[in-house]
Amino acid sequence: MENFFPLFKREFLGYFRSPVAYVFIVIFLWASVGCTFFLGNLYDSNQASLDPFFNYLPWLFLIFVPAVGMRLWAEERRSGTIELLFTLPVTMVEAVVAKFLAGWAFLGVALALTFPLWLTVNYLGKPDNGVIFAGYLGCFFMAGAYLSVSCFTSALSKNQVIGFILGVVICFVLVLLGWGVFTDVLASFLPAGLIDIISQVGFVSHFQAISRGLLDSRDLIYFVSAIVVGLSLNTLVLNARKAS
Amino acid sequence: MISVSKLVKEFGAFRAVNGISFDVPKGQILGFLGPNGAGKSTTMKMLTGFIEPSAGTASVGGKDVVKDSLAVRRQIGYLPESAPSYGEMTVSEFLCFIAEIRGKRSAAVRQAAEAMRETCDLSAVWNQPIETLSKGYRQRVGFAQALIHDPPVLILDEPTDGLDPNQKHEVRNLIKNMGSNKTIILSTHILEEVEAICQRVVIIAHGGIVADATPSELRQQSKFHNAVTMKIAPNQIEKAKALLSNIGGVAAVELLGIDNDTLRVFPKQGEAIALRISELSRKENLSIHQLQVEQGRLDEVFRKVTKSDNLNQKSH
Repeated sequence: MENFFPLFKREFLGYFRSPVAYVFIVIFLWASVGCTFFLGNLYDSNQASLDPFFNYLPWLFLIFVPAVGMRLWAEERRSGTIELLFTLPVTMVEAVVAKFLAGWAFLGVALALTFPLWLTVNYLGKPDNGVIFAGYLGCFFMAGAYLSVSCFTSALSKNQVIGFILGVVICFVLVLLGWGVFTDVLASFLPAGLIDIISQVGFVSHFQAISRGLLDSRDLIYFVSAIVVGLSLNTLVLNARKAS
Repeated sequence: MISVSKLVKEFGAFRAVNGISFDVPKGQILGFLGPNGAGKSTTMKMLTGFIEPSAGTASVGGKDVVKDSLAVRRQIGYLPESAPSYGEMTVSEFLCFIAEIRGKRSAAVRQAAEAMRETCDLSAVWNQPIETLSKGYRQRVGFAQALIHDPPVLILDEPTDGLDPNQKHEVRNLIKNMGSNKTIILSTHILEEVEAICQRVVIIAHGGIVADATPSELRQQSKFHNAVTMKIAPNQIEKAKALLSNIGGVAAVELLGIDNDTLRVFPKQGEAIALRISELSRKENLSIHQLQVEQGRLDEVFRKVTKSDNLNQKSH
């Protein structure tokens, strides 16, 4: 993995070489704060917690994370730099992991920049900062799972937009599977055991457990497994289609 | 240094490379010639480890391109077709990135990049994003990227494509000067380029090798090899044509030129006929204004070998 760091660095700084990164961060912050105050009614809830913020993130990520991931492989394939990349002494795994981690780190930066929300609730009351920390951690891992799906869909096509749309669709399904409203509908005609399994496959049930402050290793293992599956598919697709 | 044996690449039902074999010794500059779609780029992609062969083997510096791909890639500097690079990076950022990937660390990174700034004459655009550069500069950046680790083997896919005549000349000089201690394969369809820099030419068509020789050997296969072109006083032209046709070793005599004052005499199988012609013209008092012996024409040989293969393919 000697070439991991140069690859990571190039990819991470690459986000900031174009104005897209700044636009992305600004819109993400507006949207997340907007959701927290106007949809989540942070003030009216009269509680010093970031629950209203965390509850909307799975939906915001649905759009934002595929937007961060769509460029990663589609652009390499469109511009032909993939041929340059894979004739340098770089392994496929190195490149896949470096790109993923660069995107993940960028999402981490965007997430960290929501810190004024944390300052606000601490100013207004006495929240349980342990729970908030767990919430951020859950968000970060969930973002990673979304991103691994987006990396995979980005590798499928030379067109970023196609990668983006496929990413949104797959992530949407994974969110739906664990979303209470959706599983309630399913419960009306499917046996309870099956519903349990289905909701375990989705993102939301695992995220909610963590965001309530329950740092269960099983939930973290779930997200890490989701990342590994996404990146493995990514590698398979690249091996098959890098030269086409 | 480079050894290719029965290399095959299939894309679905299409055979892009059909069992080619050749060796390139250390220090040789090999020109890879062929019509578009002949399999040049595909072969280069297999040598550089970008795609895996469907069958056959290839090795670079004794290392197998499939089993020991990373070791092969470390020895190679590769300029892919149309020199792709990361457009949003500046030239200096891009070259530093490549230097890092090529194993340079800390101060050596800048040093390697700066050395390329000199070699490839990139000072004027050093801090500009690559996407804003002209085609010629982009090609030079691609060249710099391939040379930055001073590799023993260079593989260049159409290195002068899209350059103006001055830039072409510079790139050719650059390649020629490196030739003594590097093994180079370059693909092109510019024939003068092959004559200018390559010690050996491999022509491929439809995935197979149809010629493997030095440029001068190839020229000898031309029907123009040793042909004599002469300008004669107009009143003697008919007489000369008849006389020349009867010399031993002459295959044909052709009338050329706008003023119908030039004859071209083709020899049988490249025989040297110039001396016989000059003896004849002295004896017959032909007044010759100009006389020129042709070396042979690569473009004609190129067409001949790539087209005859075409016919064979169709008759299968």
